[in-house]
Amino acid sequence: MLSGWFILILSTAYMALLFAVARFGDARADAGKSIITANVYALSLAVYCTSWTFYGSVGRATSGGLSFLTIYIGPTLMLLMTGVILKMIRISKVHRITSIADFIASRYGKSQFLAGLVTIIAVIGVVPYIALQLKAVSASLDVLLLDTDTNLPWWLDSTFLIAALLALFTILFGTRHLDATERHEGMVAAVAFESVVKLVAFFAVGLFVTYGMYGGFSELFQRAAESPELARLLQLDSSRAGTWTAMIVLSGLAIIFLPRQFQIIVVENVDESHLKRAIWLFPLYLLLINIFVLPLALGGLLHFQGQAFNADTFVLTLPLAHGAEALALLVFIGGLSAATGMVIVETIALSTMVCNDLVMPWLLRSSRFEASKDLSRLLIGIRRIAITVILLLGYIYFRAAGEAYALVGIGLISFAAVAQFAPAMFGGMYWKQGTRAGAIAGLLGGFAIWLYTLLLPSFARSGWIGNGFVEHGLFGLSALKAQALFGLSGMDEISHSLWWSLLTNLGLYILVSLNTRPDAVEAGQAERFVDVFRHSALETDTRIWRGRASVNELVALLERFLGPARAQQQLSMFANERGTADWQKLKADADLVHFAEAQLAGAIGSASARVMVASVAQEEDIGLEEVLDILDEATQVRAYSRELEAKSQELENATTELRAVNERLRELDKMKDDFISTVTHELRTPLTSIRALSEMLHEDPKLELADRKRFLSIIVSETERLTRLINQILDMAKLESGRAEWTTNEVDIRDVVRESMDSLGQLFREKGVALTGELPETCPLVLADRDRLTQVMINLLSNAVKFVSSQTGKVHVSLSADDERVRVEVIDNGPGLTADECTVIFEKFRQGGNTMTDKPQGTGLGLPISRQIVEYFGGNLWVESEPGAGANFVFTVPLPGPEEQQQGDK
Amino acid sequence: MKQASPTRQRLTALGLLGIPLLTFPLVGLPSGEWLGLPASYVYLFGIWCGLIAIAAWVSERKGN
Repeated sequence: MLSGWFILILSTAYMALLFAVARFGDARADAGKSIITANVYALSLAVYCTSWTFYGSVGRATSGGLSFLTIYIGPTLMLLMTGVILKMIRISKVHRITSIADFIASRYGKSQFLAGLVTIIAVIGVVPYIALQLKAVSASLDVLLLDTDTNLPWWLDSTFLIAALLALFTILFGTRHLDATERHEGMVAAVAFESVVKLVAFFAVGLFVTYGMYGGFSELFQRAAESPELARLLQLDSSRAGTWTAMIVLSGLAIIFLPRQFQIIVVENVDESHLKRAIWLFPLYLLLINIFVLPLALGGLLHFQGQAFNADTFVLTLPLAHGAEALALLVFIGGLSAATGMVIVETIALSTMVCNDLVMPWLLRSSRFEASKDLSRLLIGIRRIAITVILLLGYIYFRAAGEAYALVGIGLISFAAVAQFAPAMFGGMYWKQGTRAGAIAGLLGGFAIWLYTLLLPSFARSGWIGNGFVEHGLFGLSALKAQALFGLSGMDEISHSLWWSLLTNLGLYILVSLNTRPDAVEAGQAERFVDVFRHSALETDTRIWRGRASVNELVALLERFLGPARAQQQLSMFANERGTADWQKLKADADLVHFAEAQLAGAIGSASARVMVASVAQEEDIGLEEVLDILDEATQVRAYSRELEAKSQELENATTELRAVNERLRELDKMKDDFISTVTHELRTPLTSIRALSEMLHEDPKLELADRKRFLSIIVSETERLTRLINQILDMAKLESGRAEWTTNEVDIRDVVRESMDSLGQLFREKGVALTGELPETCPLVLADRDRLTQVMINLLSNAVKFVSSQTGKVHVSLSADDERVRVEVIDNGPGLTADECTVIFEKFRQGGNTMTDKPQGTGLGLPISRQIVEYFGGNLWVESEPGAGANFVFTVPLPGPEEQQQGDK
Repeated sequence: MKQASPTRQRLTALGLLGIPLLTFPLVGLPSGEWLGLPASYVYLFGIWCGLIAIAAWVSERKGN
C-alpha cells in the first residue's frame, strides 16, 4: 500500500506547482503581459468539472446509465446563447460588477438588502458543494491508504489538512490586493492548468480500463449487454424524460449562475472575444471528459460483481485492483485538481460577496468604523477571514453529513439553489419593468421552496431533524409533504423542487414587478442594464447625478478603501484621461463622483459604494420622471444624431452627384465653344479664299481668261467644300440630337461594298491606286439603313485613297461574317497612324496627317459621323494601325436576333 | 443602431436546434446497436460532437 507520508508530500508538491503557475500568471499580469488567452479562458471554464464530475459521474452512471450526460449537455446549449453571456459580461464591465450578488443588487437600484439576500442564498446553497469536494478528496485518500487510523487527533485529519492548505492557497492568490476589477489572473492560470491535469488523468484511467482491462469499447459494451442488470444502463429510459429535461435546464442555469462560474466567465474575462473560443472548446472538453464515464462504470460493475464496492471511487479502485499504483496516484492528483480548483474559485467568489454584501453594510453603520483611516487592509482581512470561515463551514458540513449522501445528490442541491437567480438575472437583463420588490419576492419564495423541498429533506435523511414533514407533511397535512407538494408525485426530488421553486420564483417576480413602481435609481439602472449595448458607459451616467461634493472628501474616501497609493494611482489615471496633469486640480463634478463610485464599487460592491459616496456628497434628489426623461432624451438625441448622420451622408452623395453633373456640363459647354470656333474657322478658310478670288475678279477686269477660269474653278470647288462641310455639320447635329431619319431594311452588305467600290472606282484609277475586294459567296442579311452604310463605306474608302501615295498605293476591302456579326475591313498601305492618332481621328474636326503644314484633306467630320452611324446599328468602328505599316479600318454590324429576324421577315 | 451580429444569431439558432435533438422524445428513438456500440451512446455523443463542430466552424470563421 502507498504510504500516507508519500501521498501527503505528493499533494503538497502538486500544490506548490500550482502555486508556481499562479505566481507566474500574476507576475505576467503585473508586467502587463497577460497570459490569459482565449484557450486559457476556455480551459478555466472547466472549473465546472469538480470532483463531482471526476468521481461522481461514474457513480451516477452505475445507477442512471447515460443520464449523467445531461449535466454537461445543459452547459453546451447554454453557452451557444452567446448573446446572453456577452450581455452579462458587457454589463459587468460597464458597471464594475464583481459578483453575482453585486449584479442583481446593482440592477435593482443598488439595493443592499438584495445583495445580502443573494449572498445568503449562495452561501447556504454552495457550502454543501464545498463539503462535497472535501468529501471526495477524503474518500480518495481512504481508498489509497486503506488502513485509515480513526484514532488520530482531529487536527491531523488528512481532510482537515487539505482544507487548511486550500484556505492558505486561496488567501494568497485570491486576496493579494484590492482591485477595482477583482481579477485574479494567476488564479485563472492555475485553474486552467488544473483542468488539463484532470482531463489527462481521467483519460488515462479511461484508456487503461477500456483497453487495458477489457478489449476496447465494443467488447466492454457487449459483455455488459449480456447481463440484464447492466443492459438496462445502455438504454435510455423514456419514463424519465421529465428528469432528463429538468437536469439540462438545471445545469444550463448552473453554468452561468454558480458563483464560481460567474466569477470565471464574467469577472475574470479579460477580452470579450475570448468567448468565441470558449463556446466550443469548453463543450469539447466536457465531451472528452465524459467519453469514458460509461465504460468505466460498466468495467467497475463487471469487475466487482458480487463484491462490496463504492461506485464513486471506481476510477481509483480499478487501477489499484490491477496493481497500477502510479496510475492510481495520477488519478488521485486529477481528483485533487478537480476539488481544489472548485474550492479556490468558489471561496474567492463567495468571500467577495460576503465581504461586500454582508459585512460591509454592517460595518458602515457601526461607529467605531468611522474613525479608522485606511480601510483597504481591513477589507482584505475580512475577505481572508471569510475564506477561512467558508472552508471551515464546508469542513463541518462534511464531518456532520459526510456519510449520509452520495456525491451526486449534494451537487444537484447546490445547482437547484443557484437556479433561483435565473428570473431576477434574465428579467434584469431583458425586462425594464422588473422591480426590486419583484426580485426580492421571487428570490425569497423560490429559496423558501428550495429549502423546504430539497435541503431540509436532505437534513432529515442525515437524521438531524425529524422526517415527519417528508413522510406525512407539515402539521400532518399530506398536501404539504416536502417531496410531493400538493400531491405532485412521480418526479424525482430535484425535478420536483426545481418545478415548484422556479414556478413560485418566476410567478412572484412577474406579479410583484407588475404591481410596483421602481424608484429613480432603479429605473435608471434598469434602462442601463437592458440597453447596455446602446448606452455608452459615461454619457448618461453623469447626467443623472446632480449635487455638491468636495474633491478632498472624495479623495479621502477612495484612500480609505483602496489604500492611499492605489487611490492616487487611479486618480492620476483618471486625471490623465480628462486631460488634467495633476489630479489635485480636478473639479468635484458629476464625472469625478461617478468615477469615485465606480472605483468603490469594484472594491466594496455597488450597494455599499453608493451609500459611501452619498455620505460625503450632497446629492440632490432627482425624481423618477426626471431620470426617465433624461434617459429618454439621451436615447432620442442619439436617434436624432443617427438620423442627422444619415441625412448628411445623403447630402454628401447628392453633392458629389451634382459636382459630377456640373463637371460634365462644363465640359459640354467647352466642347460646344470649341465646336463653334472650329466650325467658324473651317467655314472661314474657304470663304476667305472665295472672297479674295472674287475681289480679284471684280477689281481687275483685265485679267487673263486662263486666270479667270482657274480662279472660278477654285471658287466652285471651295463652294462645294463649303456645302459639304455645312451638310456634314447638319448631319452630325441631327445624329447627335437623335433627329436623324433612318429607314431600316434588310441589307446585304456585299451590295453596299460593291456599290461603294464601283462609285469610287474612277477616283482610284485617277490616282493610280489599286482597289481590290474580297467578298464571300454568301452573306447573312443585316438590319440597317442602306444609304447610311454606303455613306460609311464611301467615307472609309475616300479616306484611304486620300492617304495612300499615288501609283504604289493599295487598298483592299474584305468582308467576313460569323454567327453574331458581319465584319468589314478596309486595309491600306498608307503612312499609318500612331496609337494616339488612332483615337483622336474619331473626334470631330481632327484629321490625320500634320494639319499645321499639310493642306487639310477633309472636313474632319467623316469618321465621327461614320462611327455614330455604325454604333446606331449596334456595331463598332475602329482602326488598327502602326506608323509606317498602313491602317486597317474595321467596322462590324451585328446580325439580328431571332425575334428581330422574324419581324424583318414580315 | 448596431445590427445584432450574425455570428451570435447563428450560434443561438444552433443552440435552439440542439434542444430538441438532445431531449426526449428524440433521444429515446435510437435503440439496439450502431457500429457495435449502444445506439443511444453513439447518438448522444454524435449529436453533441456535431453541435460542437458546427459551433467551432461558425465562431472561428475568418471575417468574424
